[in-house]
Amino acid sequence: MPGTKEIRVKIKSVQNTRKITKAMEMVAASKMRKAQDRMRHARPYGEKIRNVAAHISHANPEYRHPFLVHRDSVKRVGLIVITTDKGLCGALNTNLLRMVLNQYKTWQTAGEEVDVCAIGNKGFTFMQRLGANIASHAVQIGDKPQMDKLIGTIKVMLDGYIKDRFDRLLIGYTRFLNTMKQEPVLEQLLPLSGERLGAPETVWDYLYEPEAKAVLDQVMTRYIEAIIFQAVAENMASEQSSRMVAMKAASDNARDLIDELTLIYNKNRQAGITKELSEIVGGAAAV
Amino acid sequence: MANATIQVDVVSAEASIFSGAAEFVVLPGESGELGIYPRHAPLITRIKAGAVRIQKPGGEEELIFVAGGILEIQPKVITVLADTAIRGHDLDEAKANEAIKKAEEARRSAKDKQEIAVVEGELSMLAAQLAAIRKLRKK
Repeated sequence: MPGTKEIRVKIKSVQNTRKITKAMEMVAASKMRKAQDRMRHARPYGEKIRNVAAHISHANPEYRHPFLVHRDSVKRVGLIVITTDKGLCGALNTNLLRMVLNQYKTWQTAGEEVDVCAIGNKGFTFMQRLGANIASHAVQIGDKPQMDKLIGTIKVMLDGYIKDRFDRLLIGYTRFLNTMKQEPVLEQLLPLSGERLGAPETVWDYLYEPEAKAVLDQVMTRYIEAIIFQAVAENMASEQSSRMVAMKAASDNARDLIDELTLIYNKNRQAGITKELSEIVGGAAAV
Repeated sequence: MANATIQVDVVSAEASIFSGAAEFVVLPGESGELGIYPRHAPLITRIKAGAVRIQKPGGEEELIFVAGGILEIQPKVITVLADTAIRGHDLDEAKANEAIKKAEEARRSAKDKQEIAVVEGELSMLAAQLAAIRKLRKK
């Protein structure tokens, strides 16, 4: 049986740990709300630009943007992996990276090479360990997704696609379903599928300035950027919720542990007193 | 129809900036300033960095700075898809180059780290061997 002092030290240390996890839980809870708001704010832009993109590509059948052309042979794949910068957020990154790793292995056995774009520190270090070919990366994005920090990183991948360096571009991130539930997804970004782009709501004959092609190029690029940006925003909301849940579980566990240890401590203390008493009584009887 | 209005939405990837009715809108189009009244013909164009002036019903005016973007005019709605950062072909190119450079740097440092890890692994193995030999000698 451990000594009374050891148990007391142990209780103290668990209490300190609990203080930290509790604080992290509360910080994550307040950040989560903001992250969710940001995620929602990013949506109207995505929807509107999707509509415009669908519209123009519908109205200009003679010009097929490279993003829309389906390529038959796939020799090289581009992969964008969005993870968090920091840990302690449950199984969020692990789940996503496991999924990505499986896919990665399938590509390797099929002889397809992979170019990786890592957004977020966790995915970046993971891919480095894996020895993947990292074409670009963005880390230390902070709590607020900023387009500014992503433009260069994304452009490397889009250029790679346009210049035929790879024939498919996929994106892996954690989709936010609700506070308790987030799911890792791996979906195809390029070539754009017809379903994703959708059909325009109504069709007008637009006037274009300068010409349709130039406008379409910009709209398409912005549209893909918007999808990636939305994914980053969603990943951040997922991160904060997941962290909040994980830290709550940790705090609860710490509390249970403290209760258990306190019980042992008291029993131990009482046993000590009883022992001492019986010794005194025994001593008195002997005299 | 002096008081006809049109719905104006200004959105960026990061936030929804303005949404409301307007009587008249002025935008910095790529090929010159655009003034738009309700029932303008459908139009899509790129816009430059500059101020968007929205004249709301009642004469009030709203000024919004945009860093460029895309303007879409539908019969009943004007949508400004604003960029959040100053964009330009050269600027984007520079950012992409920077990203590539960063990736290369990371690759190089990763190689250094790998070499260090290999050397460290060998070192720890040698140390273990040494410890084992010493133990054997004591016996």
